[in-house]
Amino acid sequence: MTSAANMMTPVRLIPRLDIKGPNLIKGIQLEGLRIIGDPSKYAQKYYQDGADELIYYDSVASLYERNNLFDIVEKTAAHIFVPLTVGGGIRSVDDVQKMLSVGADKISINTAAIKNKKLITDIAERFGSQCCVIEIQAKKASFGHWEAFIDNGREHSGFDAIKWAEEATSLGAGEVLVTSIDQEGTGKNYDRELLETMASRIDVPIIASGGAGSKEDIVKTAMINGIDACSFARIIHYDKATVPEIRQACIGAGVNVRRL
Amino acid sequence: MIGIVDYGSGNVFSLMSALKVLGHDAKLVTSAAEIRNVSKIILPGVGAFPSAMEKLFEKDLFEAVIETIENRHALGICVGMQIMLSTGEEFVTTKGLDVIPGKVTKLSIDDSDLPKRKLPHIGWAPVNFTPQPGQAHAMTMGIKAGDEFYFAHSFHATPDNQNDIIMTANYGHQFAAVVARGTIFGAQFHPEKSGEVGLRFLDNFCNLS
Repeated sequence: MTSAANMMTPVRLIPRLDIKGPNLIKGIQLEGLRIIGDPSKYAQKYYQDGADELIYYDSVASLYERNNLFDIVEKTAAHIFVPLTVGGGIRSVDDVQKMLSVGADKISINTAAIKNKKLITDIAERFGSQCCVIEIQAKKASFGHWEAFIDNGREHSGFDAIKWAEEATSLGAGEVLVTSIDQEGTGKNYDRELLETMASRIDVPIIASGGAGSKEDIVKTAMINGIDACSFARIIHYDKATVPEIRQACIGAGVNVRRL
Repeated sequence: MIGIVDYGSGNVFSLMSALKVLGHDAKLVTSAAEIRNVSKIILPGVGAFPSAMEKLFEKDLFEAVIETIENRHALGICVGMQIMLSTGEEFVTTKGLDVIPGKVTKLSIDDSDLPKRKLPHIGWAPVNFTPQPGQAHAMTMGIKAGDEFYFAHSFHATPDNQNDIIMTANYGHQFAAVVARGTIFGAQFHPEKSGEVGLRFLDNFCNLS
């Protein structure tokens, strides 16, 4: 490893918790859900295991037209001292303010931003770019092209996912959370081509999401130039590997991660 | 009683939770009178330098904050630390609280770095110590060189006096992670978001006498 690589920010390992009502759930390609358990217990475990950040996603927000995670955020933020990103159904600056006031550090937006681009700038100006994560739910459309989806992967937007990501960051989004709809829930690895293409075009930190099935998937994705964080769900919720095991695998492969 | 200044900038909930978990008496303070009545203050902050200063003025807290900083222990976090300097260069050149002489400038990115370095600098980074005596040492108890803290910023503080820097970190170049001048302390990282070592850092501040 060169000394420049040594000085790069360590790749962040971020458990993702999809939450429906009181339950932590896991879906297969955003359809079909399995209840895993109490989200706050899992969040606390992942924090204690050394997660670099956590992501909470309200997976039914689009059905209820709002985010319902205030209670769970407040409950867990009182005992978890790493950054917490909350997404799903965030529709306004007011929603962001409410979420930050109960302990969230960043919010992720998708549908509301595609429908009203000004929301990104409004959030960035009021709370700072580092607070505003744009989630791109990308589905393969044709060779080298992905379409951005909305409403938790249910609806077409008609926009090119990469071009939309570029526009969103120019409007003020400080990070891009790239979720592969094709790979999400399959455990068959991230969409490498999507991530490499995104990394070649985006200048802000990128979080990879969707498809991690093994430690090797995470290690190899963490090695992609321009991928700054790896998010994963099934692998830890289903106990295939723990956060410390994932961290060790990265260290063993020479990937720069937090040492703890 | 420790006062967390709630001026509309910063995650005060996590700070309050952290101090509670550490067993320190803390409350949110929103008025000049409240600020003058606590034994120590913490100035949180996210977002931009000019906006943080504007909010302090809007809420009429400027004088109370300066007075408290000059007489009691104060800790600035992220933008809360940056505004303690004399001027900031984010968006427009703006005057800060000027209790630590120096400027706040953008992290400089070398385009020839591979892989490409990005802004904002978001994530964990190890810190190092500069040799400093006295109270600076009390702030670093239980923390060792190489311990990692969580950063989220595009700008950094450059005090005029090198002795005002007690911890450094690296992002393309070295920058001030913690500044200290008399009873005034500032952290560029978020101790309330840096796990156990962050809590230790906050505990050290709360225990200063």
